[in-house]
Amino acid sequence: MKSTADVVIIGGGINGVAIAYNLAVRGCQRVVVLERNTLASGSTGRCGAGVRMQWGTEMNCRLARDSISHFERLNEELEFDGDIEFKQGGYLILAYHERQWEQFKKNVALQRSLGIPSRLVSPSEAGEIVPHLDLGGLIGATFCPKDGHVNPFKTTQAYAEAAARRGVEIRKFSEAVAIDRDASGRINRIVLAGGDEIATRVAVNAAGPYSQLVGKMAGVELPVHSERHQILVTEPVAPKQGPMVLSFAHGLYCQQTPHGSFIMGLGDPHEPRGFDVGSSWQFLENVAAKVTALMPALKEIRVVRQWAGLYNMTPDAQPILGEVPGVPGFFVAVGFSGHGFMLAPMTGILLAEMILGLKPTMDVSMLTLERFARGELIREPSVV
Amino acid sequence: MEQKTNSPQTIICRCEDVTVEEVRALIARGYQTPDEVKRLSRCGMGQCQGRTCRSLLLQEISAATGREIKEIPMSTFRPPTKPVKLALLARARTEGEGGDRR
Repeated sequence: MKSTADVVIIGGGINGVAIAYNLAVRGCQRVVVLERNTLASGSTGRCGAGVRMQWGTEMNCRLARDSISHFERLNEELEFDGDIEFKQGGYLILAYHERQWEQFKKNVALQRSLGIPSRLVSPSEAGEIVPHLDLGGLIGATFCPKDGHVNPFKTTQAYAEAAARRGVEIRKFSEAVAIDRDASGRINRIVLAGGDEIATRVAVNAAGPYSQLVGKMAGVELPVHSERHQILVTEPVAPKQGPMVLSFAHGLYCQQTPHGSFIMGLGDPHEPRGFDVGSSWQFLENVAAKVTALMPALKEIRVVRQWAGLYNMTPDAQPILGEVPGVPGFFVAVGFSGHGFMLAPMTGILLAEMILGLKPTMDVSMLTLERFARGELIREPSVV
Repeated sequence: MEQKTNSPQTIICRCEDVTVEEVRALIARGYQTPDEVKRLSRCGMGQCQGRTCRSLLLQEISAATGREIKEIPMSTFRPPTKPVKLALLARARTEGEGGDRR
């Protein structure tokens, strides 16, 4: 079957549906979202559900700050018949050595210059914020009370349903397999598995961990790779931990959700590049050893499920946003390096504005693909 | 097998207190795979990991969509098989040190 669209978005994760919604709100007709599985079945639905403003680069700070402002009012903005479960319990980020502490001081100075209400806290204050935290070895921490948790499935549903009500066509179980360009290099057609075709002048790569494969379909090599990050969830227990506890020294993050369960994950510096989303028992043992040493009060809580998702990493751990030079009509929102969910409200707005040629709400020209060729990289230091 | 009629308030997932009514509402909104219903309602996300509600949910989807149960894609079975305390997992690692476990 052949059809025509104004914009085709490849990827039905949070970014795909947020871009679609924002296009529709701005009057764009005939927007199609292609998702090869179900919505949020890739990185969005596998993420740790944390959202924070405490970043180490100006771009990440600004995108996260304004995205959290949107999360605060998203149920109303999207007229959602449900709840995205935003819990603003804060993020407590732990420092264990001087070099880290020096970096945290710089981060907080940057954050505060941008209006982010983060602050440096002493070990004893950290112990007041999270009473069950073992303070051994801790030299300080940073805390931002506006950070927290949002339910990724519900948020994706909220955007998708709001987009659909405005005429966006969301096609689940529809996989893009080829992207054709015309003689001038411009996007002109998307081919789907099964042979359907959509004629379009604009394609958006929002394929998360598979963004490099979608890039190749359009003849574009994206400087990104994917890597597995494992995660687990426990049984629900009575509320005992307000903030996310994050430690780069342990490679650990751990937060209690509004539902009562704890979600925790661990970065593995030896994780190979690839698309594996399997689970390992080593992860369970490693995360359990670290989290029970840091917060012994969690020892008696039972793990009910583990899974894994993929980070789509760039060389500077910041996303790539915008139209690809030399490929008119091919826009990318990729390489979120583990924090695509929390930046999605702003990503959706900015990509919609770029596609429609509107004045941007925020200058994100630093995040173009061209920065890698120019070597103008400012590396985000705060990724687990 | 003929579908038994549940009352709307019947609990389909006893771990997460999900009712038949909630599940049917999601199916009616277009969420017609076990994965989608699970992720939006928590049906099957609790202590027993869907051991009880999995087949009930499949029946509901089948009844609403007319698809045969064998054609409906199942959710992924994820470890651990039963809930395990963090303390026990932490100990397994400590006791494994010096042996051939990582």
